[in-house]
Amino acid sequence: MSTEANEAPRSRGKAPAGERVADWADGRLGIYSLAKANMRKVFPDHWSFMLGEVCLYSFLIIILTGVYLTLFFHPSMNEVEYHGSYVPLQGQLMSEAFNSTLHISFDVRGGLLIRQIHHWAALIFLAGMFVHMMRVFFTGAFRKPREVNWLFGFLLFVLGMFTGFTGYSLPDDLLSGTGVRFTEGAILSMPIVGTYISFFLFGGQFPGHDFVARFYSIHILLLPGIMLGLVVAHLILVFYHKHTQFAGPGKKETNVVGMPLLPVYMAKAGGFFFLVFGVIAVIAAITQINPIWAMGPYRPDQVSTGAQPDWYMGFAEGLVRYMPGWEVNFWGHTLVLGVFIPLVLFGVVLMAIAVYPFIESWVTGDKREHHILDRPRNAPTRTAFGVAWVTVYMIGLVGGGNDLWATHFHLSINQVTWFVRIFFFAGPVIAFIATKRICLGLQRRDKEKVLHGRETGIIKRLPHGEFIEVHEPLSQEQLHTLTAHHQYEPAEIGPTVDENGVERKVKPTERLRVKLSNAYYGKDNQIPKPTVDEYKEITSGHGHH
Amino acid sequence: MKKLSARRRHPLAAVVVLLLALAATGGLYAAFAPAGKAQADETSQSLTIKEGQKLYEVGCASCHGTGGQGSSDGPSLVGVGAAAVDFQVGTGRMPASSSQMAQIPAKKPIYTQAQIDQLAAYVASLGAGPNVPTKEQYSKEGADIAKGGELFRTNCAQCHNFTGKGGALTKGKYAPSLEDVAPKHIYEAMQTGPQNMPSFPDTTMTEKNKKDIIAYLNAVNSSETENPGGLELGGLGPVSEGLFAWIFGLGALIAVAVWVAARTAKAKKS
Repeated sequence: MSTEANEAPRSRGKAPAGERVADWADGRLGIYSLAKANMRKVFPDHWSFMLGEVCLYSFLIIILTGVYLTLFFHPSMNEVEYHGSYVPLQGQLMSEAFNSTLHISFDVRGGLLIRQIHHWAALIFLAGMFVHMMRVFFTGAFRKPREVNWLFGFLLFVLGMFTGFTGYSLPDDLLSGTGVRFTEGAILSMPIVGTYISFFLFGGQFPGHDFVARFYSIHILLLPGIMLGLVVAHLILVFYHKHTQFAGPGKKETNVVGMPLLPVYMAKAGGFFFLVFGVIAVIAAITQINPIWAMGPYRPDQVSTGAQPDWYMGFAEGLVRYMPGWEVNFWGHTLVLGVFIPLVLFGVVLMAIAVYPFIESWVTGDKREHHILDRPRNAPTRTAFGVAWVTVYMIGLVGGGNDLWATHFHLSINQVTWFVRIFFFAGPVIAFIATKRICLGLQRRDKEKVLHGRETGIIKRLPHGEFIEVHEPLSQEQLHTLTAHHQYEPAEIGPTVDENGVERKVKPTERLRVKLSNAYYGKDNQIPKPTVDEYKEITSGHGHH
Repeated sequence: MKKLSARRRHPLAAVVVLLLALAATGGLYAAFAPAGKAQADETSQSLTIKEGQKLYEVGCASCHGTGGQGSSDGPSLVGVGAAAVDFQVGTGRMPASSSQMAQIPAKKPIYTQAQIDQLAAYVASLGAGPNVPTKEQYSKEGADIAKGGELFRTNCAQCHNFTGKGGALTKGKYAPSLEDVAPKHIYEAMQTGPQNMPSFPDTTMTEKNKKDIIAYLNAVNSSETENPGGLELGGLGPVSEGLFAWIFGLGALIAVAVWVAARTAKAKKS
């Protein structure tokens, strides 16, 4: 009775405040239909699907801490004398950029912690992108319709490298100054345009008075702006395409099995953001990074051993370190191949992974959409290529740190360099062959498991004295998961003579495609998955294992 | 006593007393006077050299030759000076176990400081060379740390790294870490240029400059050094930082991701 009395006037009178606010916003932004469509968006559950989130959150952390740093940083190369609180630099001449970074580190409240969070988050952001990219690669998540999003992700990685590099150069310390000098050398090694680009970038002779201010604009405005746009586009496409999922019972190309965005994923993702922030903050609080005060201000006449870039530029450093110092004189011009070839290789190595999805789709000729992920073993050639690529990358990192390998493992730096030179060529080949063998072996094991069941480890003695191991048949779900993948047939050139006896010209690209297709899917390059007939024959009771 | 007393008025008594007094004074003087020390020191110096020579013949002569003239296994020690001996033996580099190594490493010294001084005296007697520096020369009193840092980055960092953490040289040779190396040994190394290191005599790097560098190293690379940012990860720069970011940074985050993904809201089974 009383409730009725209370409710009646409310329905006639004003709606509650929250509802009115929502109604106001909906009338102007149309959020109701947007939310209705997206709140029930389903995301599948797998830890490796959260690697992208690690990147997104560390990117946000970088932006937040970066804003704080800009409040105190002076992007200027004017020379000043240091009179801050770090004693071992008292009275030294340095640029205002270096001076203000020291100021942030020692005299701004929380400055050093924020600087360290910013830098650690940057290293983790790039590492996260690398691993995320590898997850996408090895599971074949780059296939149609996600090729464009793969390119967006790749661009984010490359832009992240350069944003990181420009940020690392801003404090104008001796370490980063050496890195900028290295970059100048790389730019100068470009034939014809090199000197012009260098003069343009540095506003004259290196180091000049401009580069910190210019790198600053690039670091805080240009590149992060582009990256932010790409991140948004990347996420929109993830929403639009819907997330991929691993094969399993109930999972089809046409559905997504998982939890809805609201409330489950909102809570999970929100919590995960704070966990990522927490882990990075703890690391930054206990671990020193880039102690510019120990390195001192940059002076072109000084250099230190152990001058390496941050890890994501390490493989470029390695390429230059193990390249022989070749040089050609050509009509009075010097061509520094020792630097130029690594510069080209840097681009080639990165492009190789970027264009791979297009090569694979050309080889398979597959125009269908793929939303079910591959297990890496079921795409042996792709997996082998990926591992070979990672091997080249890692060899570059080893080469970039050749001096530390030498001192810490009591080796000769010359031996390390020669090892790296040889394995730059041999490493990917060995990795390719070994990975492919392992993948095929795993495929055989899967086939074995499907046909004969799981080895239980229970040994049974039969009445006539024979010992056998008891195999337990797999469940229907497991059988489905192990046999759900599609296997391609190798392409064939087809008849070169048509029904009228007219010879058809076979294009060289077609021949190449057929060759590659056979290398991917031909005999011995994939293990045919068990057929229903095979399964039935074995499980119908003939024989016992 | 009576006899003495009876002759106390003898005309020569005064002379005898004077003589006795002079003898006593002279004797005391001879016993305590610094003039006598000079003579005694010279003999002890030659004794030190003799002792040093004995040690030399047992521990060093097989490579450096019986008279320090050198051999195919070790360089001549004529003119290297006491500072070189004090450095090489005091840091345990000498005696070396083999001359075939890329570089002779520092190890626990096998001679006592007294024996090292004897060896140094012997080698110094073979030909003039730099002396062992005095405490005053290498103490950080009155040194300019910032100037030392600038000098270190200009002259030393190419091989020893920004703060003296060490670095690689060609073919297995290396510039060792300078962490907690005794100030005296740093001074002597600059003075004498051991192994692959160039020497920085007082004509190119003044005593004051050496003092500054030693004070700088003490400030940035010793057990007294403070790292305002926390763990320094070896002070090796981006390589160790990158490794740390991958293993502990991304490693921890992946562990967290696995944990979060495993904790999912289960759909109710009806």
